[in-house]
Amino acid sequence: MKQFEPVIVAFCCHYCAYTAADMAGSKRLSYPANVNIVRVPCSGKVDAIHLMKAFEKGADGVYVAGCLEGDCHFKNGNTKVARRVAYVKKLLDEIGIGGERLEMFYMSAGMGERFARVATEMTKKIRKLGPNPTKAMSTGNQGEAVA
Amino acid sequence: MITAERKPLEEIIDSVKPFQRILLVGCNECVTVCAAGGRKEVGILASALQMNFMKAGQTIDIKELTLERQCDPEYVEELSTHMDQVDAVLSMACGCGVQEIARRYKDKPVLPAVNTKFMGASERQGVWAERCQGCGDCLLGLTGGICPIARCSKRLLNGPCGGSTNGKCEISPEVDCVWQLIWDRLKALGMEDRYEDIMPAKNWQTGRGGGPRKIIREDLAE
Repeated sequence: MKQFEPVIVAFCCHYCAYTAADMAGSKRLSYPANVNIVRVPCSGKVDAIHLMKAFEKGADGVYVAGCLEGDCHFKNGNTKVARRVAYVKKLLDEIGIGGERLEMFYMSAGMGERFARVATEMTKKIRKLGPNPTKAMSTGNQGEAVA
Repeated sequence: MITAERKPLEEIIDSVKPFQRILLVGCNECVTVCAAGGRKEVGILASALQMNFMKAGQTIDIKELTLERQCDPEYVEELSTHMDQVDAVLSMACGCGVQEIARRYKDKPVLPAVNTKFMGASERQGVWAERCQGCGDCLLGLTGGICPIARCSKRLLNGPCGGSTNGKCEISPEVDCVWQLIWDRLKALGMEDRYEDIMPAKNWQTGRGGGPRKIIREDLAE
């Protein structure tokens, strides 16, 4: 059977993770094509509704990548969004989507390797979890949970 | 402001289950400020409900709307154009808003999505605390602007009681003894003599003790 290919949305801060993705590219580091990057001016710009809508529209996994602690360009956007991520994780658990499909990561602009590693690990984890339960029923795509 | 908290999702899901078309209504006033039922929370709840039903292979039609105020008839009137297209209303306003919708639209079930809590103030970002119980006979002028009715666990008028230890209430080390706060404040104001005045028993009839209350301003009422 065809392997389940998850759709992953990564909200990446312009000042760190987005540049780290660029760095990964310059270094010719490969990371899964499953990861769809949304560049944001600061990870703190990402609101709970953006995370919820990503899942509602069919993402299998979502993560927010912000600056290392203390390094936020706008002082503390990264710590603010981390609390929002924790809140939405609980909400996803409550509705049976699974909070583990949503994560928060920290990295600096120079961490190309970390960006590629995070993208790879997140893809692996979501592949294992299987498709977002909201589309499993509507499309009949049960996918295949591959270990 | 009137504070509220969203009900557990499970309870909300159960309440909307019998209905296919829902009008989810937020309020731009108090519940927006305390992040319980404003436009943002309406969006998040709509998304969560939608996903919950999609997961089970079901569909639900949710229309989102946030009124300027849900406790005033002129704003609630704005819902009239939507009412024939929905089976039930899910309100994220305080109990006053829910009841105003129920009063105006008698043939539609109105379900509350939040638990209304208390009249309070923001202590800091994301933290709200009870400040007023609407007793109908304000005595803040006698207590240094700190309310013993809302903030003393026993509503003592001549406190503190024996449960006050190091400025904290016996019910929890997290709760300030309001009579300690009152004394500190009166002292800072040089009004210690106020503390010596014995306050007589309060007439609770001006509060809920007198039954449901109403204000009628003759000059304004039509």
